[in-house]
Amino acid sequence: MSKSKQVLSSSLGKKLIMSLTGLFLCSFLVVHLIGNLQLFYNDQGKAFNDYAYFMTHFTPIKIISYLLYTSIVVHAIYALVVTIHNRKARPVGYAVYRGSENSAWSSRNMGILGTVLLVFIVTHMSNFWWKYHNDSVPYVEYRTDLKTNQTTVTELVAGEFTEYVSYVDNEVEVIKAKDLYKQVAFAFKEWYLVAFYVLGMAALSFHLIHGFKSAFQTLGFDNRKYIPIIRFLGIWIFGVVIPIAFAAMPLYFYFLK
Amino acid sequence: MSGNMNLTLKVWRQKNDKTRGKFITYQANGISQDMSFLEMLDVVNEDLVRKGEDPIYFDHDCREGICGMCSLHINGRPHGPKQGTTTCQLHMRSFHDGQTIVIEPWRAAAFPVIKDLAVDRTAFDRIQHAGGYVNVNTGGVPDANGIPIPKTVADEAFESATCIGCGACVAACKNASAMLFVSAKISQYALLPQGQTERYSRAQAMVAQMDAEGFGNCTNTGACEAECPVGIKLTNIARMNREYLNAKLFKEEEAH
Amino acid sequence: MLNSKAPAGPLAEKWSKHKFNLKLVNPANKRKYTIIVVGTGLAGASAAASLAELGYNVKSFCYQDSPRRAHSIAAQGGINAAKNYQNDGDSVFRLFYDTVKGGDYRSREANVYRLAEVSVNIIDQCVAQGVPFAREYGGLLDNRSFGGAQVSRTFYARGQTGQQLLLGAYSALNRQISKGKVEAYNRHEMLDLVTIDGHARGIVTRNMVTGAIETHAGHAVLLCTGGYGNVFYLSTNAMGCNVTAAWRAHKRGAFFANPCYTQIHPTCIPVTGDHQSKLTLMSESLRNDGRVWVPKTVELAQKLRKGELKISDIKEEDRDYYLERKYPSFGNLVPRDVASRNAKEVVDEGRGVGASGIAVFLDFKDAINRMGEDTVRAKYGNLFDMYYQITDENPYKQPMRIYPAVHYTMGGVWVDYNLMTTVPGLYALGECNFSDHGANRLGASALMQGLADGYFVIPYTVGDYLAGLGFDPVDEKHPSFEKTRKEVEDRVHRLLSLKGSKTVDDIHKKLGHIMWEYCGMARTEEGLAKAKGMIQELRKEFWEDVTVLGENEELNQSLEKAGRVADFLELGELMVDDALHRRESCGGHFRIESQTEEGEAKRDDENFRYVAAWEYRGDNQPEVLHKEELEFENVKLTQRSYK
Repeated sequence: MSKSKQVLSSSLGKKLIMSLTGLFLCSFLVVHLIGNLQLFYNDQGKAFNDYAYFMTHFTPIKIISYLLYTSIVVHAIYALVVTIHNRKARPVGYAVYRGSENSAWSSRNMGILGTVLLVFIVTHMSNFWWKYHNDSVPYVEYRTDLKTNQTTVTELVAGEFTEYVSYVDNEVEVIKAKDLYKQVAFAFKEWYLVAFYVLGMAALSFHLIHGFKSAFQTLGFDNRKYIPIIRFLGIWIFGVVIPIAFAAMPLYFYFLK
Repeated sequence: MSGNMNLTLKVWRQKNDKTRGKFITYQANGISQDMSFLEMLDVVNEDLVRKGEDPIYFDHDCREGICGMCSLHINGRPHGPKQGTTTCQLHMRSFHDGQTIVIEPWRAAAFPVIKDLAVDRTAFDRIQHAGGYVNVNTGGVPDANGIPIPKTVADEAFESATCIGCGACVAACKNASAMLFVSAKISQYALLPQGQTERYSRAQAMVAQMDAEGFGNCTNTGACEAECPVGIKLTNIARMNREYLNAKLFKEEEAH
Repeated sequence: MLNSKAPAGPLAEKWSKHKFNLKLVNPANKRKYTIIVVGTGLAGASAAASLAELGYNVKSFCYQDSPRRAHSIAAQGGINAAKNYQNDGDSVFRLFYDTVKGGDYRSREANVYRLAEVSVNIIDQCVAQGVPFAREYGGLLDNRSFGGAQVSRTFYARGQTGQQLLLGAYSALNRQISKGKVEAYNRHEMLDLVTIDGHARGIVTRNMVTGAIETHAGHAVLLCTGGYGNVFYLSTNAMGCNVTAAWRAHKRGAFFANPCYTQIHPTCIPVTGDHQSKLTLMSESLRNDGRVWVPKTVELAQKLRKGELKISDIKEEDRDYYLERKYPSFGNLVPRDVASRNAKEVVDEGRGVGASGIAVFLDFKDAINRMGEDTVRAKYGNLFDMYYQITDENPYKQPMRIYPAVHYTMGGVWVDYNLMTTVPGLYALGECNFSDHGANRLGASALMQGLADGYFVIPYTVGDYLAGLGFDPVDEKHPSFEKTRKEVEDRVHRLLSLKGSKTVDDIHKKLGHIMWEYCGMARTEEGLAKAKGMIQELRKEFWEDVTVLGENEELNQSLEKAGRVADFLELGELMVDDALHRRESCGGHFRIESQTEEGEAKRDDENFRYVAAWEYRGDNQPEVLHKEELEFENVKLTQRSYK
């Protein structure tokens, strides 16, 4: 067996894969959140739709996005492989097992949390990503008078839109784009979807409270000076701030828009 | 001391590794708070022998918390409800009159039950055979003070070296992973200058053997650290991960 | 008269000269020999590893589930070595001198000197193996002082020195197992020795899991099976420690030396009731700061025991700090045997404390007042925690209760300077032999001896024997193997046929009581004679009325225990015989009839300056005494005094 194959099939190698893909997904969350914060701009989605186009058409980002999809798939598959392996390691279970006495709930339920997240990701992508890529979202035209900074928004019908355009004509900036913003606003009027998103973010929170610091442990990071920082980031940034900020989006559209 | 506790025990009984086991209920009456858990089982066993019934088999030897022979999963936790203690050092004052106590063997594919509450832990020995040593012969070694070792390093190596090999980490882990055990040994030698020469080949060989024995994978729940009777720390696992990945990804030396 | 084969010449040159004179086995020929090592404690593991490194084929046996569990692991304090790292005047000669004196002049000079000599190599070896000894901030090894010595020569690893040393030896053993030079047999118990033409040629074992009675052949057999303290039922030994291997060898011709020399350690946690299965040692170091006392009067002690008085109700003037009173210069730091005997005395007077009345106080109140609780915690924290855990009494708030307990047996299988027993090819190492500690062992010397024997003595001396053998493999077809195997099998079946009304533990507890009462801390002619009769009665009771359940072909603890207790019953009688015949007091052997005017142990060098080695002559025959005269050319014999 070649050395790299050995690594990947070893227990620690599998952990390494879980750790690296997990951390990569964590880093994506930060970028994704910063981008999505534009949903809160009161510009009828102009910045957001612009951003959506950029993210889907800028080549380096496209490459990264495919890396991202791969990461999700690899993370999930390895999780499954590891879980099956771990089940086999204890074929006869205990009649009484009190894990709550020695470990955190989230750490023992990463599989369940991860499954919820996977369902969430599939739902989320079919709602927005798939529709965006398959012309199932409405189109919009923004005309901004650069002198007055006044923007008028016109909904376009299918025939009026061929592709994204952005130009300045006569001191009027014209942008024609897919209106993902509207799709978002539309989707988050459904209470069950909003509830599902909030649930998904709760799962994300618990998943990351354990997962973030766990990834560093797996990478062998045990420096006593920096471990407290990692723990802080894991709990407060990835476990609290990021999930709450994401959960705020559906709630914002449901209650305030 | 008066023995005034009456307990109900649900004990796993299994004749050998080829037969199926089941729980049998026993009454333990007149138990004193000052008895150790194993002495309570001694009392039950003496009664069984007098009745002509096969006594409950459990592993034990030193009964002072250091040999690592005693085990027992008691009411859902390895070595019972108290942290930082082995079953032989657990006393009946940790239980109350009328309580039901469920006693099971360690559960892991790599630790097959050999009788009742005793399991075969030779997998641990085999992992040590794979590399848990420094390659020196008797004689011809330098003076003991030839290589100074900073006190902090020596102390940390000592902390790792205090593992008693009882297997509670495997028993506690929801994945039946042996990483705390393996990492403690790898850490001890990774820290000390004497362990440097085979530092990376050792990590690779011991991890490979650990995997071959069929232990589960670590998911960093920390249950092992919480249940370890001698307080072996989770940082050992981090160090093992580092040693191993370093060896596999960046070192050219092969495991031998 | 037994010949120790100790070489002549100046003390300091004996071992070097002897090593030169020993025959060697050519490296290429070593693999033609198989050596059986029974036991995997410090002596066994170090011997097996070292011999395998030399090229011999080794078979290693232990009754535990792993070699790492041998009871050496429980040693707390440390290991002595004459390194003189502290520049405080230590030397090989001083360690030798302290050990001979501490042993009350009943050990063999040449052996003790060799022990002191190789002690320095042990520390080097262990450090090279990665044993994490305690160190100072400069990175060099730390030492502490221990009982019976005025220099700091004890190396330690917190309170777990035995564990760390054993794991070091275990790692060396593992290395040889992985190389295929050592074959390890765990959960195997040696049940007999096979001899051919008077030479040890193999052993019979029982696989404790399957019950298979197997024979194993070897050119030499090493007994590294520890001591026999469990003859007292309660001791600081592990539950499984037993004399069976040594006793079976004794019955095949190995003389048993000084069986009555047992060490009773003064600071153990007292017995709480009949359920007690073993005793836990508290490090001797506690006596550096703790003060030992009992109430002055029996009345006060009674009230205290009944709970009518609290400890704090006993006024200072009503407390008897009896060690300080009787031994003003050594006070609480008198040697182990003296401290133990005095505790027994006050308890026998009825002044003992605790519910049972079988304990004395070890009080840290003054130490806490003087140094503060934090300093006391830093020094003894782990011991205090252990005490708290076991007794549920907080030693920071109330005095500890302590009482002596059987800890170590200085007696054992007789060996010559080469560690060979009276059976050619059969060796005994570590606590199993009798050689180095005389009538009393100093603290931190047991670890030293086990490793000295295994790492640095046996690798030289076994070759001398093997070199004379020729290269033929041992003939496993020889009828002796089958005959011995059959005898073992018959014995197992005889045990399994016992269906009486007593459990094995019932008998073992009774034996323990007899031994403790009459052959414990103080012995009399009358008591010993009585004990002999009682043990014989008990042995009859065992074979008539004990019950052994189950079958051979399984893990069967009844059977294991029964075999061991049957041997303890025979050994107990020999201990009593030995104690009876030795009409002097020395070290751990205190005969009431032989004491000084102050009530201290009085030796009789004129008549008893010898090793008593007993020869087995058949069931129900009296054992025959052989003597090895002890010559002291380098130390002057004096009476010990600690006033």
